Amino acid sequence: MNQEIKSAAAKPAKPRRRRRFRWNEGYFGFLYLLPAALFFLTFVLIPLIQTFNLSLWDWSGIQGAPSTWVGLDNYRYVLSNPESLAALSHSMVFIVTFCIIPVTLGITFAALFSRQKIAGLVFFRTIVFLPQVISSVVIGIAWRWVYQDRGTLNQFLGFFGIESTRGWLGDFDWALPAVGIIGSWVMTGLCMVLFLSGVGRIDSDLYDAVKVDGGGAFREFFAVTLPGLRPELTVATTITIIAALRTFDIVFVTTKGGPGKETIVPGTEIYRLAFRENEIGEAATMAVVLAVIVFTLVRTVGWLLRDRDGIR
Amino acid sequence: MTDVISASRGTQAPRKKKMTAQTFIFKVLLYAFLTMAATVVLIPIISLVTVSLQPSDSSTTNLSWPTNPDWDNYLIAWTQGDFPLPTLMLNSLLVALAVVPIGVVVSVLAGYAFGTMKFPGSNALFYIFMIGLVMPFEATIVPLYYQLRAMGLINNLWGVILPQVALFCAFGIFWMRQFFMASPPALVEAARIDGANSFRILRSVLLPIAWPPVLTLATLMFIWSWNEFLLSLVVLDRGTRTAPSGLGTFMGQWVSDIPALSAAAVIIALPTILLYVALNRRIISGILQGAVKG
Repeated sequence: MNQEIKSAAAKPAKPRRRRRFRWNEGYFGFLYLLPAALFFLTFVLIPLIQTFNLSLWDWSGIQGAPSTWVGLDNYRYVLSNPESLAALSHSMVFIVTFCIIPVTLGITFAALFSRQKIAGLVFFRTIVFLPQVISSVVIGIAWRWVYQDRGTLNQFLGFFGIESTRGWLGDFDWALPAVGIIGSWVMTGLCMVLFLSGVGRIDSDLYDAVKVDGGGAFREFFAVTLPGLRPELTVATTITIIAALRTFDIVFVTTKGGPGKETIVPGTEIYRLAFRENEIGEAATMAVVLAVIVFTLVRTVGWLLRDRDGIR
Repeated sequence: MTDVISASRGTQAPRKKKMTAQTFIFKVLLYAFLTMAATVVLIPIISLVTVSLQPSDSSTTNLSWPTNPDWDNYLIAWTQGDFPLPTLMLNSLLVALAVVPIGVVVSVLAGYAFGTMKFPGSNALFYIFMIGLVMPFEATIVPLYYQLRAMGLINNLWGVILPQVALFCAFGIFWMRQFFMASPPALVEAARIDGANSFRILRSVLLPIAWPPVLTLATLMFIWSWNEFLLSLVVLDRGTRTAPSGLGTFMGQWVSDIPALSAAAVIIALPTILLYVALNRRIISGILQGAVKG
């Protein structure tokens, strides 16, 4: 006590004792952060900044080759050439199949059966979640067979009397939706499980309150279920949008962007420009455009689904 | 809800209502929906397995159990000369076995700092790390490649391992921070009064109770590392790639032997599926919790 008063008199704002105590407690934090920071800086942050830098240059990537400053020329090129625009528009189709379809199915399922006790839930959950742990190369190969002219899809259509010998992934009209549906296949289980676990945490008193008020199923959905699922909705939308925009593996394995350019996406364009055509500047530009779109959409989703009334 | 409650408490029989027609229809719909979802998920996987058992000259790619399942395809896939599956699997294993311990240690240390210590800029730093959760990896692969080339790590397993640690530790830090923030402050306080420094508190007080989240994190990192594709495709040479990207690039040579290619795919998927079967609750809750709290 005495000491405190003394030091307070000398340095009113920061008693010396306190400061040394704080040093031990807090600043050590930096020491613990050091390994992570080194990894993150070297392999994530610097490359991210370098991507932007490379996008302003014309460079072949060959060791020792000169690079020319071109300013925003690469952006003019990427934002006007039909191929990159096609790649970006295919991404929008993938947002429908990777994000909108799975999220809608998942939330419908959770809302319909929110108050049912599901026997064997663990078993079903384990199965529908399975695509999350399987390598996308394996998924791609499995779906290639499904879509072949004598594959499972045509076999299935045959049961309904629709004779089809279409090779879906080689078809100019069907290849893009066919690849997109693989995304729905991967993501729907995740969304179902996510929303189901969310709906289980909604206070059942809220449902009773709606019932007392004489509200029907629709009131119940919009007044209780949907606001209650807001965190899960944000997460599901964010994860699936990122997955849709960054798709590379599945396209690489199933169609390599073909037939023609029907299924090219930003990921495959970056790979082609950088590692096949040595157009490093253009590849980096595509990467910057992709990153900007991802960050913008993620922020927008976060803003649209923000916690307006502080329920959760 | 009353149905559920009274069903679970048999003693309150008087309150038990009869199952109405409506709830019955709901139940039927529910299981129809669930069965359909499970079937749709399983069909491509099961047909991959059935294709892998067709006779080797077969071009069947649909869902039909072969009259004479040909398990030799797995032997062919494993031993075929131009596709070094054992080497690729070994590379995948080496990469994952390096990524998991390094990634876990790095994440635990940083998560401990963010979860228990107050220091200037801690929030800002945390948000910077969280860029890693959102950023599409495809956006940095180009400069990353040239950086790894400058470091002499091209065609070297470390060229895959180190960036993977950096990529996965964003989630790892977030995940461990959650745990450390939720750990009982009294425990830490008691150790501190006993004169333990922050590292001792981590090692002898917190880590012994941290193994469930650490195990979850290790499992997820193993699966992500095993399945990683683009980095290995770009950084490693054909014969030294990890299994998924090796398969992805060797596929062209297999057009004539669809069953063996399928068998190779099944072999490559097996480690993560087995891990999932053993630890599915942990994996699912890890992904869900990690996702929602993020």
